[in-house]
Amino acid sequence: MLHATEVLGGEAYDAQGNFVGRISELFIEPADQPNRVARYLLGRGKYLPLLARHDQISSVAPGMIKLNVEEKDLEHFQSNEAWLAVRKDLLDQQIIDTRGRKVVRVNDVDLAEQRTNGTVELRITDVDVGLQAAARRLLQGLASPMFIRQIQEKLPARTIRWEFVNLIEPDPLRRVKLRITHDKLEKMHPADLADIMEELSPAERQSIIASLDEESAAEALAELDSRLTSQIVEKLAPEKAADIIEEMEPDKAADVLGDLSPEVSQDVLEEMPGEEAREVQALLDFDAHSAGGMMTTDFVYVGETAKRGEVVEWVRGREEINPEQLDTIFVIDGNAKFSGDIAVGRLLLAGDDEPLAQLKSEPLVSVPPDAKEKEVFALFDKYNLRTLAVVDASGRPIGAITVDDVISRLRASL
Amino acid sequence: MQRKATQVRRRSRTLWRRLALFVAVLGPGLITSNVDNDAGGISTYSLAGAQFGYALLWSLIPMTIALYVTEEMCARMAVVTGKGLSDLIREEFGFRSTFFVMVAGFLVDLGNVVAEFAGVASAMEIFRISRYIAVPIAALVVWTLVLRGTYRQVEKIFLALCTFYLAYAFSAFLAHPNWLDAARHTVIPTVQFNSNYLLMMTALVGTTIAPWQFFYMQASFVEKRIGPRQYSQARADVIAGSVSCMLIVFFIIVATGATLYVSGHRNIADAAEAARALEPLAGRWASMLFAFGLLNASLFAASILPLSTAHVICEGLGFEAGIDRKFQEAPIFYWLYTILIVAGGGLILIPHAPLWRILVLSQVANGIWLPVVLIFMILLVNRRGLMGNQVNSRTQNVVAWSTSIIMIALTLVLLYFALFHPSATAGGL
Repeated sequence: MLHATEVLGGEAYDAQGNFVGRISELFIEPADQPNRVARYLLGRGKYLPLLARHDQISSVAPGMIKLNVEEKDLEHFQSNEAWLAVRKDLLDQQIIDTRGRKVVRVNDVDLAEQRTNGTVELRITDVDVGLQAAARRLLQGLASPMFIRQIQEKLPARTIRWEFVNLIEPDPLRRVKLRITHDKLEKMHPADLADIMEELSPAERQSIIASLDEESAAEALAELDSRLTSQIVEKLAPEKAADIIEEMEPDKAADVLGDLSPEVSQDVLEEMPGEEAREVQALLDFDAHSAGGMMTTDFVYVGETAKRGEVVEWVRGREEINPEQLDTIFVIDGNAKFSGDIAVGRLLLAGDDEPLAQLKSEPLVSVPPDAKEKEVFALFDKYNLRTLAVVDASGRPIGAITVDDVISRLRASL
Repeated sequence: MQRKATQVRRRSRTLWRRLALFVAVLGPGLITSNVDNDAGGISTYSLAGAQFGYALLWSLIPMTIALYVTEEMCARMAVVTGKGLSDLIREEFGFRSTFFVMVAGFLVDLGNVVAEFAGVASAMEIFRISRYIAVPIAALVVWTLVLRGTYRQVEKIFLALCTFYLAYAFSAFLAHPNWLDAARHTVIPTVQFNSNYLLMMTALVGTTIAPWQFFYMQASFVEKRIGPRQYSQARADVIAGSVSCMLIVFFIIVATGATLYVSGHRNIADAAEAARALEPLAGRWASMLFAFGLLNASLFAASILPLSTAHVICEGLGFEAGIDRKFQEAPIFYWLYTILIVAGGGLILIPHAPLWRILVLSQVANGIWLPVVLIFMILLVNRRGLMGNQVNSRTQNVVAWSTSIIMIALTLVLLYFALFHPSATAGGL
């Protein structure tokens, strides 16, 4: 195994054994092969630099490569955006470790040698983020290789396999050329992804949001620090912002829009479909620190005359209900007034013929939309609630406050 | 009717939000600049006033400009790149440069931490409390204050502490200075060409523009997630910081100039002695306020310096850092932080530790280190690949480079005296 920093700076000799130049960069062509060092940039001082192709390399050792061609067979260097440069784009830069779910800085790149009919190919196997590589970088050229190796052995190694490395490229055009995809990020838990994004610079955050699918983007944004969320959304085109915000639950959408400047918020609302825009707009009119400002308008309610079996059947048929978020079902009476709520757990244990009226939790708790944040917290604490109904002046349910929103707000006020 | 009411409420909410936004951004610049007036700083300013009266006041205006220009570069880099200074040095200049910056920074900052605890010890001795009690308690308070709170809470405490700097303004008023004379000296330069005067000037600049503050400020702006949209608020914060920092310096020089200089007590050795000497001249209150100011400044800087240093090192080397993280998540960060405080406080407890010599040495170390950091900063802020069209303008570059060159020259003067005329340095400072 070789390290990129051992190859970089090394001398290159041609087939005749003549010195050609010093290796100043290693290029990968992701469009061709995702991990192969495809070109070696050979710097020659005041002369134009040359490029050696992977099939022109006959041997590689630390500090030296040999070519199987002569100097005149090499091409002149022209920069290419579609090439990934090991020194410039990888060394000392931050990458996302998709398995460890964090942002790390690259100390070195590990390369494996592959021999095929007389040529040697280098392939990236890992990136090195540990103390070993740090010691190597520090001592290279100052101490003997033997000494460096001895020091290294005493230090812990930390490497990340190349397939778990997600590069961060803020320029969207270059990202496409380098074939950087974020499907590994989309598979992460949105909270982990949000943590990662908080570590990055604004341009890098922007590029990640821009390349995620709308659903993942919406989930990640909902988990982010609200100041970051507004920074990101304000830089998106209103149509794109609207597409992402539509994917959020209405209360989250209202929170995000409420943090934006009024003009941007208006632009985004205009791009959203009429009904959803109205729903969010209604939520926006509530004071952010009242029950109305905390509630979501997405909640499940059924008439109290229904039986358990009918309700389960009905919920099954509803694709818009997110089963992971469903823990409470509201019950309304004949006048559409809120008459109680049912924990899904109770519903699970009940027999199919049991009428809902018998499953309702005691006591009947609800708040008006102008109830203060603090009253809401107190109710959740007192009755150990998961979900609290918000009812209008005539007693009809208009929204639900869920425990996760309560926790976020309590944490924010810590 | 209903509609109208909502509109009014929303308007007032945006007004409130705008104010809240400003207050939220206000912080890093103000804190950093004020921490600048640390133990070493206050000692130097008191001496400047005691030895030269108001004669050095004119240097405050150019120093304010230099402080603003250099700090603004950091704020701009934070806002545009969203990265800390040591992150940028690592990404743009590679591993070895970063390592050098980190090791040198660690040593220089350790010297500064020692100086801060020396300040605590001197101030508490005015209140007749032994340093063997004061320093360990101070170290413990600082350590827990930062580790047991989240960043924002800690910052609020720091901001509140900033207002205690008004103690110096009170001290100055209680000293009944000749304000007209002070104002004249602030505007009209009076240059003397003797070694003591030049030395004092060097120390003034060296202590006001300390290298670690750039790292700390940029990291704070990044941690507060201040983006390009809030750049004007961030800049206002930097201006507020530079100006308020210099106002405090002004009041200290006036307070000591109006009393010690006028009455001939010109050979005081440090700020604590200045506070004691103030007592018969300006009354017990002026003296107590002065000592309290020194204590506060030392504690304030002692809380921030180790934090800043741990940040710089971890950012550069790629370790996890930040007081928002738990100990298990960022062990190296917390260890560095703890070592700096324990070693910094511990050195003061060595019997007969020469507090004053330590203060002087730490200022010298700052002076040597400053131009290196400044040059890194100027190179970074001019990289178009990094800053886009937010690179320095020609005027900004002229100011920044001449600031650096003047500081390098002043540092060389200080070094010359420190190396070849050590007695002059000790006596002069």
